[in-house]
Amino acid sequence: MAEYLLWVVARVLLLFLVFCLGGGAVLSWVERRMSALIQDRVGPVRASFLGIKMFGLLHPIADGIKMLFKEDFVPTRADRVLFFFAPIISFAPPLIAFLAIPFGPPIGGQEVLLLGDTQMGVLFLLAAASVGIYGHTLAGWSSNNKFSLLGALRTSSQLFSYEVGLTLSLLGVFMVYGTIIPQQLIAGQSELWWGVVPRWGIITQPVGFLLFMVASIAETKRAPFDLPEADSELIAGYSTEYSSMRFALFFLSEFVGILLVAAFGAVLFLGGWHVPFLAGDQWWIIAIQVCAFLGKTALLVYLQMLVRWTLPRMRIDQVLNLGWKFLLPIGLANVIATAVVLLLVS
Amino acid sequence: MTARIVKVKRREMALSERLFLKEIIRGLLTTNRHFWRNWVRRKDTATLNYPEETRPYPPRWRGLHRLMHRADGSVRCVACMLCATHCPAACIEIDEAEHPSIDCEKVPTRFDIDLLKCIFCGLCEEACPCDAIRLDTGTHAPSVTCRVDAVIEMEELLSRGGLSDAQQGGEDT
Repeated sequence: MAEYLLWVVARVLLLFLVFCLGGGAVLSWVERRMSALIQDRVGPVRASFLGIKMFGLLHPIADGIKMLFKEDFVPTRADRVLFFFAPIISFAPPLIAFLAIPFGPPIGGQEVLLLGDTQMGVLFLLAAASVGIYGHTLAGWSSNNKFSLLGALRTSSQLFSYEVGLTLSLLGVFMVYGTIIPQQLIAGQSELWWGVVPRWGIITQPVGFLLFMVASIAETKRAPFDLPEADSELIAGYSTEYSSMRFALFFLSEFVGILLVAAFGAVLFLGGWHVPFLAGDQWWIIAIQVCAFLGKTALLVYLQMLVRWTLPRMRIDQVLNLGWKFLLPIGLANVIATAVVLLLVS
Repeated sequence: MTARIVKVKRREMALSERLFLKEIIRGLLTTNRHFWRNWVRRKDTATLNYPEETRPYPPRWRGLHRLMHRADGSVRCVACMLCATHCPAACIEIDEAEHPSIDCEKVPTRFDIDLLKCIFCGLCEEACPCDAIRLDTGTHAPSVTCRVDAVIEMEELLSRGGLSDAQQGGEDT
């Protein structure tokens, strides 16, 4: 029993701490560096420790240290309890949602690289990821600041609108592969058409992938959908009154959220850890497959960041119009079309 | 007088234009191009890592001051006060004494420039009849944490200076 517990703790530490937190921290640097390169600047490359610079990869650490030593400010008339819990509530859900993400194939029949092998599968992931909205809303409510409150209201209206589009974009995938369990979804995607083309979600559900990308960018609250924290209008939206490590939690939760939707998209639309023409139980094949999963995740992260630094912010009415008047009908049409095609094929 | 109202007819956008799909993809390609180009070779970036890398300044750019030397290493300045008189910011303070040799009348014993007052206009350089003060070091005024540190004295000005063999007062120096 003790050995089993130790094993679980080791896996949790590896996947949660190294991948999610480390990845989130690195992403905060990648975001800044990438935006700099896109805008013909140099970006953060100067943080050095004992003369070691590592291309600027020490910046997240420097940021973390700075955040820890900053004053932890609470507005006078803020709701102290909710103010304390809001960053935690917004930070935990994306981490929990990673339980359902398979990082690699089962090793020796055991799900070593998948933490939560539940029957709920993707539904658990969707449910867990949507809880984060409460954190943002509570943060805006408890700050006793009108900018925060506006940001919180925008967050909730925006996330509610895009939750529908996101789920509809996934329905087609569930119908094609007939399951909601990630490992089975990947197994379904690893079949080949005519022995060449892998049946990845992006090929069977191209419209679904497009909808998913739009909805997932809206879910992570980034430009062009960054209205909840629109700097020029709302200072920083729901996180206006936050400072120190509590602000860092919001910041980190945003980047973990990016990682989450990227990993999620990789599992659903890019075949997860599947590499065409590669199957087996040898350790190097599994290593390649894990790297393939990470590479696909990185590709989707890159795409999200590129979108964020390309498109200008929309107005709130445009965002909601896009959600309800475009994504929803297109998603529904996609589901119906998928159903018709499946019926004809069978 | 009646106002002339011009109604501009705007073209109705087609559905394909209102979706902005083409333009979004074009924008993504542009940012993508910039990203990879700047990552592969860094030369194109508009900014630079300032203290380590600097842009070359043009030769006439006016930077930190210096005092020039004669051939024997003594200061060229004859404490004529033309620079201090012309200085619109009144940042130069000179104390003079009698020159030991008979060729010159005076020599400065103190030559202070307050960099917090100096506006780097170069009028002192223009006024100087002896080519003693120049602003051609090509370096910026240093940052200081205390006001008195911003006053640079004659030793420092001389240590930055170099030999000048310009004619002075019609005769060789």
